[in-house]
Amino acid sequence: MEETLMDIDLKEKEEYIINMGPQHPSTHGVLRFETCLQGEKVKYIIPHCGYIHRGIEKMCEHLSYQQLIHLTDRMDYLSAHINNEAVALCVENAMQVEVSDRVKYIRTIFAELTRIASHQLWWSAFGMDLGALTTFFYGLRDREQILDIFEETTGSRLTQSFITPGGLMADIHPNFQKRIKEFIKYFRTKLPEYDQLLTGNIIFRERTKGIGIMDKETAVDYGVTGPSGRGSGFQCDIRKIAPYSAYPFVKFNEITETAGDTYARYLVRIKEMWESLNILEQLVDNIPAGQIMLELKAVKAPKGEYYQRVETARGELGVYIVSDGGPSPARIKFRTPNFSNLFVINKLAAGHKIADLVAISGSLDLVIPDIDR
Amino acid sequence: MYDFTSLIDSITGYLDSTFSPFWAGTISMVLLGVVILLFYAVLGLYLVYAERKICARMQNRMGPNRVGPMGLFQTIADLIKLLLKELILIRNADNFLFNIAPFIVIVASIMAIGAIPFAKGLQAVDLNIGVLYILAISSMGVIGILIAGWASNSKYSVIGAMRSGAQVISYELSVGLALLCIITYAGSMQFSEIIASQEDGWWLFKGHIPAVIAFVVYLIAGTAETNRGPFDLAEAESELTAGFHTEYSGIKFAFFFLAEYMNMFIIAAIATTMFLGGWLPFHLFQWQGFNRVMDFIPPVFWFFGKTAFVIYLMMWFKWTFPRLRIDQLLSLEWKYLLPINLMNLILIAFLTLMEWHF
Repeated sequence: MEETLMDIDLKEKEEYIINMGPQHPSTHGVLRFETCLQGEKVKYIIPHCGYIHRGIEKMCEHLSYQQLIHLTDRMDYLSAHINNEAVALCVENAMQVEVSDRVKYIRTIFAELTRIASHQLWWSAFGMDLGALTTFFYGLRDREQILDIFEETTGSRLTQSFITPGGLMADIHPNFQKRIKEFIKYFRTKLPEYDQLLTGNIIFRERTKGIGIMDKETAVDYGVTGPSGRGSGFQCDIRKIAPYSAYPFVKFNEITETAGDTYARYLVRIKEMWESLNILEQLVDNIPAGQIMLELKAVKAPKGEYYQRVETARGELGVYIVSDGGPSPARIKFRTPNFSNLFVINKLAAGHKIADLVAISGSLDLVIPDIDR
Repeated sequence: MYDFTSLIDSITGYLDSTFSPFWAGTISMVLLGVVILLFYAVLGLYLVYAERKICARMQNRMGPNRVGPMGLFQTIADLIKLLLKELILIRNADNFLFNIAPFIVIVASIMAIGAIPFAKGLQAVDLNIGVLYILAISSMGVIGILIAGWASNSKYSVIGAMRSGAQVISYELSVGLALLCIITYAGSMQFSEIIASQEDGWWLFKGHIPAVIAFVVYLIAGTAETNRGPFDLAEAESELTAGFHTEYSGIKFAFFFLAEYMNMFIIAAIATTMFLGGWLPFHLFQWQGFNRVMDFIPPVFWFFGKTAFVIYLMMWFKWTFPRLRIDQLLSLEWKYLLPINLMNLILIAFLTLMEWHF
């Protein structure tokens, strides 16, 4: 232990190292970038995670499947609903039951609303990373509308825990469809404002174009998925590759960009918001009637190993359950998208300026509790 | 009509007749100092308030609205809080330099206030090299920033200070050259004479397109010189937490904060004086009635109105644009603004030589 401390001390003397984080405005949480600088230039970055490790996977081993869903909200809290869905799907697959179409539709509507809300918050924070402080309030203004819809049906705004293995906690609120239609109309008028404020801005383009270029091979090598991976032309949308819930019933495009720079990753997310609105529009009027909850005697996965992946707002979330037949998993492992997305940052940001490091880490859209779990 | 010269003369005349020359001089200096300091503090606080209200308006927010009517006393409450806060002493920091840095910054901007003409006769000193004086004094502030960054013994601070040094020194050139354009037109460096030369029209209007170019360049470079967004690289809170003043707390931080706003005021005031006719009212051609009405508005209002307009422009930049990167910032100055400025100056020299301006 002492030796390593001395090593760090030696390194400190030879190189200009600043620790961005654990408390730093641009890491959006308790993440630490050990950043080695040469003047303004970044030589290398070592990300240190674990500051918000809560042992969610271990805790899950002592909870029943219905209970452990509530913990998954706390991983990627911005796509809480999609995390719930991943576990529920995995358990349902293990039990070989299928939920009604109504449940599938409602889950998918929620998932797409979550995706839009998450991208809105990302857009807000990304603008702030680049120094455009006004974006934050524009994004949050529109996100409020979605959170209100969540609140009305689930009673909760951020961590809904609305899904349970076998269905949903409750039926939708009578206003649900009306409010979503209002939101679609509202947000279609507000999204062009996003472009006016940030996308079209010359300073913004100069700051993002050609910065942090990630080619497709790198994205595949590091397992960078979600909008960050699709910005490099890596077709990794689970909704297309292995459709689940109501995605087989809707028509939508997988958004990809080929440039692979920060601007491409930005564009993918902006376009995904448009695409999610399209998906919502197809689903919202066609919610079929049916049960919202299967009548299961007990939620127990049979002995065996199960894997289910879904597309969260940040990439591929995999749930791996090893079951011994009991009411709780013997071992559960979450393949979280942010953990894989994080470690590519050294490759992207090395050689760029320190301001670019902030832009790049912003464009990867990291949620720290999802990295540490 | 609204001439402050007689007021000032009567005060100095009273002092001269009542006291010995030494005491008269001392008392007038003390009076002047108190007035400028009071003005500085109050204006600084209300600029902070204005910025918060304007940015709130741009961000769909209310802004301060709890302390006093419409939150008018919010910044005063903030100042009291900052005065009462503990001053943190930093281990291994160079304490002497650390303590002196905020004073250098604030003294530089207080000294610049002295040369600004608020109305006819309402000017602390009317130097015959007023523009040069302001340029020299306002660039002293960067020394304070560099010292603050260096003495804090913090890596973020050093980066912020180095950025600020590079930035202010580069943009000083553009500010100087843009002002030189108007000096060429007006043929004087004295503020009172520059204003007098605009009696028949502001330089922005009668100086043809070169004056407009100089005005735009001046606004950009001036914003950069005050370290404000989109050129706020020295503090860049998303990269450097707070840049050069990361380690400062309490009233020392407030000094930096106030100085930033007052520097913005000074930049706007000089823009007003050089390009927008200073305290002169707005006149339209030979419309006697209109011009007479405009004359009735006191020059102080004209001065502060125009300055407020320029300040609003600068706040508008800050709250809508993302921040530039350091290399983009420097290339904007050296590759674009400086060549444009030099060409502009040559053009203006030519126009002045041929007397083609109105």
